[in-house]
Amino acid sequence: MPVTVKTYASSGEAASALSSDRSARYLGGGTIVMRALNEGDVSISTVVRATDRALSRIDTASSRITIGAGVTFAKILAERELAFLHAPARSIGGPAVRNMGTVGGNLFAQNPYGDFTVALLALDATISVQSGFGARDVPIEEFLQSRERQSGTLVVAVSCQKPASADAFRYRKIARIKPKGGSVITLAAHLPSSSGRISGARIALGSMAATQMRAKAAERALEGRSLDDSAISAAAAAAAEGVSPTDNALGSAWYRREIVGVHLRRLLSGLE
Amino acid sequence: MSKTALQFRHNGREVALFVDGGVNLLVALRELIGDMTPKFGCGQGGCGACSVLIDGELHLSCLTLAESVDGRSVETLDGLKDGPNLHPLQRAFMEQFAAQCGYCTPGMLMAAKALLDRNPTPTRAEVVEAISGNICRCTGYEPIINAVLAAATSGRARA
Repeated sequence: MPVTVKTYASSGEAASALSSDRSARYLGGGTIVMRALNEGDVSISTVVRATDRALSRIDTASSRITIGAGVTFAKILAERELAFLHAPARSIGGPAVRNMGTVGGNLFAQNPYGDFTVALLALDATISVQSGFGARDVPIEEFLQSRERQSGTLVVAVSCQKPASADAFRYRKIARIKPKGGSVITLAAHLPSSSGRISGARIALGSMAATQMRAKAAERALEGRSLDDSAISAAAAAAAEGVSPTDNALGSAWYRREIVGVHLRRLLSGLE
Repeated sequence: MSKTALQFRHNGREVALFVDGGVNLLVALRELIGDMTPKFGCGQGGCGACSVLIDGELHLSCLTLAESVDGRSVETLDGLKDGPNLHPLQRAFMEQFAAQCGYCTPGMLMAAKALLDRNPTPTRAEVVEAISGNICRCTGYEPIINAVLAAATSGRARA
């Protein structure tokens, strides 16, 4: 069924168009919305696009980096200042998908996708959204909890603090097909430390619930401790607390619960 | 529903056409232009059979909104050969028996071209990575990887 395509020069106009039409979807890189259209999704009657260059801007001038929602994973991989995000960007799709898929779109990718968002969740990212009423910043956790009710708003950028060291941010995606494939489990950990003690640990999991989630019990197990064997064991033992995975072709819910602690242990131990 | 006018460069030649809203580039290429080299595999971005180059970058035409290529350059397998002469990659695929049923071949060749245009001397691991978004169900990946490496070492892939 043909849809109406509306292309705007500014993200503000695109956001207004989304706010005023419940059946409108924003088209970024196309890997989610075009797929839905190809499958005959009749809930979409209008496709909104924006050619605003601000959406594909990367700002790494300060320690807080900002990435436009339209930035592709290939662009992230080409940006040396974003080296800490290269592992999650590389774990997504093949080269064509990385040339197309965007950071903003990944926030809406359903299981077993959305790996980049797992990294952003561990980095406590802020999501800048624009609606017909104006722009606002939303903490990523809050954004994900209300993700399904986000129609009418447009994500324009994400921002996060750069990890203090390469070792402070870790990422691991478990997939059956390498180098590309849907996620069995995706894990990311941000482990800021002061004088050898972890403070403000963030552990994020993908494919372990309906949306990407924080493993808060595991975070608490690390808080104030040095990253030694006993702290790692405590975090691994707590990894499955609060998870609600489902069965899919890549793995069963039971399997995911069984192995999440194993992979968290490997991530925290720095094992490949 | 009104149609949208669209103009772009298709294998070096300007084309102008009208598309329905929401039509993907693969449909525009095959049904409106008659270029049957990009294939429809899954329509979901999973198989890579529809791979084309847009402004030199590898893209999946089935997930590309046709009107988003307005004013841009689209290269398909049809543009690879030079008259009766096969492109070095095509020749290597033939010599290395890298096509059995041939359905994945157009996508494989475009993915390989995207790689060699950027990196004329790839390692085996880089070739594997470059075709990781392209699924082959019958030839097997080994002959395909060997063909891309052969095209690269022969140094003939610069065309």
